[in-house]
Amino acid sequence: MPAERIFEVARKAALARGVRDVELLVGETEDALTRFANNAIHQNVADRQTHASLRVAIDRRTARVTTNRLDDASIERAVDQAVEIARCLEPDPDLPDLFEPEPIEPVERYHAPTAGCTPEQRARVVAEAIRIVESAGQTAAGIFSTGSSVETILNTRGVAATHRESMTRFSITAMAADSSGWAKASATSLDAFDPAALARRASVKAARSAEPRELEPGKYTVILEPAAVSDLVGQMFADFSGTAIEDQRSFLTGRLGEKLFGSNIHVTDDVRHPLQAGAPFDGEGVPRRLLKLIDAGVPTEVAWSRQTAGRNKTRPTGHGYPVPNELGEAPQNIVIHGGDSTLDRMIASTGRGILVTRLWYIREVDPFEKIMTGMTRDGTFLIEDGRVVCGVRNFRFNQSLIEMLNNVEAMSATERVSAEEAIDMTAPAMKAHEFNFTEVTRF
Amino acid sequence: MRDTALLALDAARTFGAAYADVRVGQSRDRAITTKSGKVGQIGAAESTGAGIRVIADGSWGFAATDDLSKEALERAAKLAVAIARSGALAKKADVQLAPERGYQAVWTSPCEIDPFSIPVDEQVALLLKVDNELKRNPDVTLTESSLVFNRTRQVFVSTLGSVIDQTRTTSGAGFAAYCFKDGEIQKRSYPNSFGGQYQLKGYELVRELDLMGAAPRIAEEAAALHAADQCPQGEFPLILDGSQLGLQIHESIGHPIELDRVLGSEANYAGMSFLTLDQVDALRYGSDIVNVVCDATLQHGPGLGTFAFDDEGVPAQSVPIITHGQFRGYMSSRETAAAIGLPHSNGTMRADGWSHIPLIRMTNVSLLPGAQSLDEVFDVPHGVYMETNKSWSIDDKRYNFQFGCEIAWEIRNGKRVRMLKNPSYSGISTEFWNSCEAIANRDHWVLWGVPNCGKGQPEQVMGTGHGASPSRFRNIKIGSAYAG
Repeated sequence: MPAERIFEVARKAALARGVRDVELLVGETEDALTRFANNAIHQNVADRQTHASLRVAIDRRTARVTTNRLDDASIERAVDQAVEIARCLEPDPDLPDLFEPEPIEPVERYHAPTAGCTPEQRARVVAEAIRIVESAGQTAAGIFSTGSSVETILNTRGVAATHRESMTRFSITAMAADSSGWAKASATSLDAFDPAALARRASVKAARSAEPRELEPGKYTVILEPAAVSDLVGQMFADFSGTAIEDQRSFLTGRLGEKLFGSNIHVTDDVRHPLQAGAPFDGEGVPRRLLKLIDAGVPTEVAWSRQTAGRNKTRPTGHGYPVPNELGEAPQNIVIHGGDSTLDRMIASTGRGILVTRLWYIREVDPFEKIMTGMTRDGTFLIEDGRVVCGVRNFRFNQSLIEMLNNVEAMSATERVSAEEAIDMTAPAMKAHEFNFTEVTRF
Repeated sequence: MRDTALLALDAARTFGAAYADVRVGQSRDRAITTKSGKVGQIGAAESTGAGIRVIADGSWGFAATDDLSKEALERAAKLAVAIARSGALAKKADVQLAPERGYQAVWTSPCEIDPFSIPVDEQVALLLKVDNELKRNPDVTLTESSLVFNRTRQVFVSTLGSVIDQTRTTSGAGFAAYCFKDGEIQKRSYPNSFGGQYQLKGYELVRELDLMGAAPRIAEEAAALHAADQCPQGEFPLILDGSQLGLQIHESIGHPIELDRVLGSEANYAGMSFLTLDQVDALRYGSDIVNVVCDATLQHGPGLGTFAFDDEGVPAQSVPIITHGQFRGYMSSRETAAAIGLPHSNGTMRADGWSHIPLIRMTNVSLLPGAQSLDEVFDVPHGVYMETNKSWSIDDKRYNFQFGCEIAWEIRNGKRVRMLKNPSYSGISTEFWNSCEAIANRDHWVLWGVPNCGKGQPEQVMGTGHGASPSRFRNIKIGSAYAG
C-alpha cells in the first residue's frame, strides 16, 4: 500500500523542518466507463490514478498540498510547500489539533468481479441493452461503468483508517420519434441490478410517452419516482450542516426543532445502511455516526465537523470535509424513509396527476424558502382516473421543498437511487399534491 | 514530456492502433478562499499524467495513467487498444475522421504577472482586506472571497505527426456579500457569481478587477435588497448586464451548437439540441443585430476558451455561429465534422485534463458588440434591468430556460428608479434572441469566464469564455420563478 510509505516520507520531511503534525489522505482509483449512443458504443475509457493530499499543522495554522507525484522528492517538496504556506498565515484559535484516533467499524463494500470487470464484459452487457431498445424500434444511449477506489487517512496522532470499495453504474435512455424513457442504477456489486431490465424499463417508458400531449402549466398532484425524489429533495441536504447554519446560509437557520415538514417525513444519514456506499469516516478520520436529520417532519440533527462542533460546544458527527475548507461538513449517506404504498397503488389512487420519471437542471431560486426550479425529462405522463393515459410535454417547475414535503400523501418503500442531480441515496417514490408547474416546453 | 508522449504513441501503434494521440499534461493550481474574516481553503495542487486515445478495429479506446514509467505507459496503451477492440461488440460503423494535418508548435499564453510568483501571504492579505471592507457594513452577515490560479502545460502528439506543446495560465478572482434578515437571504457578488471573473491571464487580472474599490457598493446592495420591492410579474423590456448575458449565451446558444449533442452522443446525460441539421442556414436564431461567433483565437481575447490548438491537434479558429440573426453552423470535432460531411473540424475538442478524453466544448462563444451606447440600450419608457446570475436552468434540448439574477432595477425613461429583489426571467431560446433590440458597443464588451461547465460521462468540468455587452430584449416574461 503506497499510503504508509508516503506518510513515512512526509512525516520525516516535516519533522526535519520542525513540524510534528502531519495528516495524509491518499486516494487510489481505477475506473472504466463504456458509453453508447445511436445504438453503438462511441466512447470507451479507463483511468487509473493515485493522489496524495497532505496537510501540516503548525501552532493553529494549517495548509494542504495535493500531488500525484509520489516519489520521495515530490512528497518532500509538497511538505515544503505546505509548511511555507502554513507559516505565512495568522493562527486560527478555533483550529483543532489533529484528530486522535477513535475506533472505526469497517464496512465491507468491495466486490472483486465488479472492480475487475473487463471491457469485453461491459461491451456484452451494453450490446444486449442496445438490442432490447433497438428491437422496439428505438435508439439507445447510456453508460456502463465499473471500478474501485481506496481511501486512506493517516496522521501523526495515530489515525490510520482505510476504506476500499467497488462501484458500478448503468444508465440508459431509450428514444422514440417524439418521446424518451430513462432508467439508472448503481451499486457496489454487479449482482445488485439487471441492466437488461433497466433497458426494458426505459424502452417501455419511451413507448408509453409517444405523441405527448401539451397540458397547461399549473398545480398538479404529482407522483415522483424515486430518481425524481432523490434529484429534488436531495438539493436540501447541504443545508443540514452546522457550518451552513452558523453562516446563516442554510434554510434551517433558526428553524432546527421546528415542525417544518409533514409528520410522515423521516430522513437519516446512515453510512451503515445496506443500500449505501462510502467510507465510514470523514476527512479528518472521525467515524461517521448516524444522524436523525428529519424526525416526523422536524429537522432535528445536522452534521458537524470538528472545528464547527468545537465552536458550538457539540460533538463532531464524522461528516467533515478535509481541512482547511470553508464549507465545513454535509450529510453523505442520505436515507429518505419510505411508506407502505407502491407506485402502482399511488397511480391507482390518483384522479388526475402527473407521473414524473426524472428531473433535470435543478437550481435554487430562493435559498430560505428552498424554492427550486428545473425540468421534467425522459418520461412524464398524465394520470387520469387511476391509470397512466399518455405522455405529456415536459414541464418547468418552481417549487418550495418545504411546501412539497408538507404535501406528501403516500410513499413507496425506500430503495437505492442513482440519479444525476444529487448524490446517490436511498429514497422512495412520493405522491404529493399542489406541485407547482409554471411553464411547459416544446417536447 | 515530449519523449514520454512519443513513447506512449509508439506503444499504441505497436499494439495495433490505426490512429492514436497522446496528451501528457502537467498542471499546477493554487486556491485561496476567505470567509467572514478568516482563511477558508488554502493550498496547492499539482497533477501529471498521460491520456492515450486510439482507434483500433474502427472503434475508440482511451486509457489514462499517472504512472509515466515505460512499463505503465505500455500497459495503458495496450489497455486503450483492448478497450477499442471491445467496441466491435456494439458497433454500427467504423469511426471516420475529417482530414487534418500534423503540426509542430510551441505556444504559451500571454501572462504579464506570474500568479505563482506572488507570495501567498500577499494574496491572503488582499482577500482579508476585501473581506474586512465588506464587513464594515453591519448588515452583512457572511462574506466570501477567492483567488484561483492554474497553469497547465500539455504536450500533444499524434500519428499524424503532430507535436504540440502548449502552456496556458488562467486566473480567477471575486467576492460575495450575504445578508440574512427576517427569514430572507440576499447575496451580491463581484464581478460575477461563481467566484468572480476568470480569464486566460496572470495576476494582472486580479489587479484590473479592483476588488477593494467595488466592495462598499456590493455590501450596500446586499443589505439594501431586503428593503427592495419584489420584482413584478409580467412582460417587460429586459436589459441584461454583460455577465448575465454571458451565461444566457452559454446555455441557449453555446450548448445547442455542440454537434455531438445534435448527433445524439450526449442524449443520456447532458441531452440533445433543438438545432437539428436542417436548421443550418434556415433558422432565424436571432434578430438582425445578433452576431455570434465561436472563437478560440487570441485575437478574440484572453478567454477561458482561448488556445492555439484543440485537444485533437486542430488549430484554433473563429467560426460564425449566428450572422445577422441567421444560424450558420455548429462547433465540431474531426469525427462529427466527417459525420455531416464538413471538410474539416473547427477545433473545439477539449478535455479537462490528461485523464479524460476531449469532447466538443465551447471555446469563446461570444455575442459581438452592437452599435448602441449604454444610454441607448437603457432608453425604454418602462423596463427592467437585471444584473449578476443567481440561478440558471434550461431543458435538455435547450428550448425553455429560466434565469434568476441577484439584483434588478425598474427602468423609467432610461433611468433606474427602483431596486427590485428576486428577479427572474424565462422564455424559449430562439424567441428570446429574436427579441434582441439593442446591444451596447465595444466600450462595454467584456469577455466573461464561466469556470464550471459540466458535460460528458464521466463528467468533465470546463472553463468557457463568453464576450457580451449589456443588451435589451423586448417583451420578456419576468417573475415566473416566484409565481404561484
